[in-house]
Amino acid sequence: MIFRKKHVIPTLFILPSILLLGIFIYFPLVQNFYNSFFDFSVFSPTKEYVGFAAFEYLLQDKVIVIAFLNNIKYAVISMVFQVAFALILATILEDKLFRKVAPALRIIYFIPVMISISVIALLFGFIYNPQMGLLNSFLELIGLENLAIPWLGNATASIYAVIAMSQWQSIGFITMLFIVAIQKIPKDLYEAADIDGAGKVRKFLSITVPQVKETMFVNTLITITGAMLVFNEPYILTNGGPGFSSMTLSVHMYQQGFVKDNMGYASAVATLIFALTAIFALIQIKVSGTGKDE
Amino acid sequence: MSKTKTNEDYVGHNKMTRFFTSIAKLNLHAKVSKNLILLGLLFFALLILYPLFWMVISSLKSYDEIYNKVWSLPTEWHFENYLTAWSKGISSYFLNSLIVTLSTIVLVVVVGSMAAFTLSRYKSRWIDFALIFIIGGLMMNPQVALIPLFEMLTWMDLINTRWALILTYVAFRLPLTIILIRAFFLSIPKDLEESAIIDGCSEFGIYSKIYLPLSIPIIMTAIVFTAFFAWNEFLFATVFIDSDVLKTIPSGLMNFRDALRTDWGVLLAGMVIASIPMIILLILLQKYLVRGLSEGSVKG
Repeated sequence: MIFRKKHVIPTLFILPSILLLGIFIYFPLVQNFYNSFFDFSVFSPTKEYVGFAAFEYLLQDKVIVIAFLNNIKYAVISMVFQVAFALILATILEDKLFRKVAPALRIIYFIPVMISISVIALLFGFIYNPQMGLLNSFLELIGLENLAIPWLGNATASIYAVIAMSQWQSIGFITMLFIVAIQKIPKDLYEAADIDGAGKVRKFLSITVPQVKETMFVNTLITITGAMLVFNEPYILTNGGPGFSSMTLSVHMYQQGFVKDNMGYASAVATLIFALTAIFALIQIKVSGTGKDE
Repeated sequence: MSKTKTNEDYVGHNKMTRFFTSIAKLNLHAKVSKNLILLGLLFFALLILYPLFWMVISSLKSYDEIYNKVWSLPTEWHFENYLTAWSKGISSYFLNSLIVTLSTIVLVVVVGSMAAFTLSRYKSRWIDFALIFIIGGLMMNPQVALIPLFEMLTWMDLINTRWALILTYVAFRLPLTIILIRAFFLSIPKDLEESAIIDGCSEFGIYSKIYLPLSIPIIMTAIVFTAFFAWNEFLFATVFIDSDVLKTIPSGLMNFRDALRTDWGVLLAGMVIASIPMIILLILLQKYLVRGLSEGSVKG
């Protein structure tokens, strides 16, 4: 009796979490994979089995190629800003020279992270507006008006305008992760380097970078995964347009599913997205040692 | 001999001068580069702050001034833009966001901390399996779950209810919350609970009277991250809620934009109102946020 009672509490305590994850996370995952073999609509309860048809179509879909290349552009540019630039920014903010201004700057850089993406995207809609937008009137102000274009309406520029906004919003987050990692580096490493007469660049390359290597790796994975998933920014700013020029995989999935009502094909795109991100997530879980007993 | 000495003196003096000028140059060089970097940092801060400042200033302008006088301060301060925004829909989006966010926080903290308690105190094959099951949840993302969740919530008759958001938000926040809280629970000394058991404390008592009160800091961290997520989530909020009276701020703002094609001042006022709670939360609770980030297991 006592033995049984001992097991009731742990089971009861963990059951709600297991159920919620099972129903709302694992079941949809399996269901999505299952759905990608069927052709169906939101409005009809019947699903028609089509085998690998959706995946065959996926291989011929030209929009998928554009979308995937845009996701890659997102990943590459984000790597430069959110890993390389953010690490340099964090190192500067942690330098003794800037001790007075660093706390204020840290908060300022972090503010956009806390603001809803719909607010940020609407705000950048104003900034990129061809008639009254801040960006074009700034270019006019400094005499570069011939550079002024309708940023979101231009097929070459739109994806970069969307990516630029993302960098603006999330650089503070990654910088903060680096700051936290730099603060954990033992101070005597730097003191020893000072005695050896190492300069700042030398200390950055020989101490900071190797010491935050793990954080760098995790941030890289977060950035790449985020870039493969990006939905809100292109959806709100351009809806993937003009044409398909700023399409991403997630926006394509949403449009196929909820606008064109090709639920089966949308599920196949979602399966592709899952495959692309799951690999990075697995590596991340392994590297960050999440759940390890310390 | 004395001549040589003078020479040596002279050479020595020369060396000293060169040494000092090079130090001075070095200092000058360091100062210039320090100020250049400082300038860069401040420019970057301006790049972040100016658009937000512009948003606040423009929310007080008339349409005409937003359109034609992009850089100037308003000649007439239209504070009524805020009243209009509030009464034309933001108040109900705000209330919905508040209800959804608070319910999500309460459920995530209660359900998550209970699971973390079991995961940190017991060891068996099933518990190990449960831990992997929960950590694996981190791999899943809303995009992939969107269509099946939509089907399931329709079947459960939960589409167009706040539960559609609350339940999915809780599920998606649980893995991270459980990992954070469990790591903290593991650091609580075991002799505390041993003496509690001797005093006749039940399992539930250990959880609620020892573990929870000791873990306030990490629970605050979990609250900050959950609040931030639930307040700003866009995709589920757009797809699962169709009815205007139940929309939360992120999706409601899109309706707001479409309804007010020309009333930009009011739209901007709505955007400012939408941002205020999270900025206040950031200022009040930044130390918990930094703590969460330093636990190292945070996924954006």
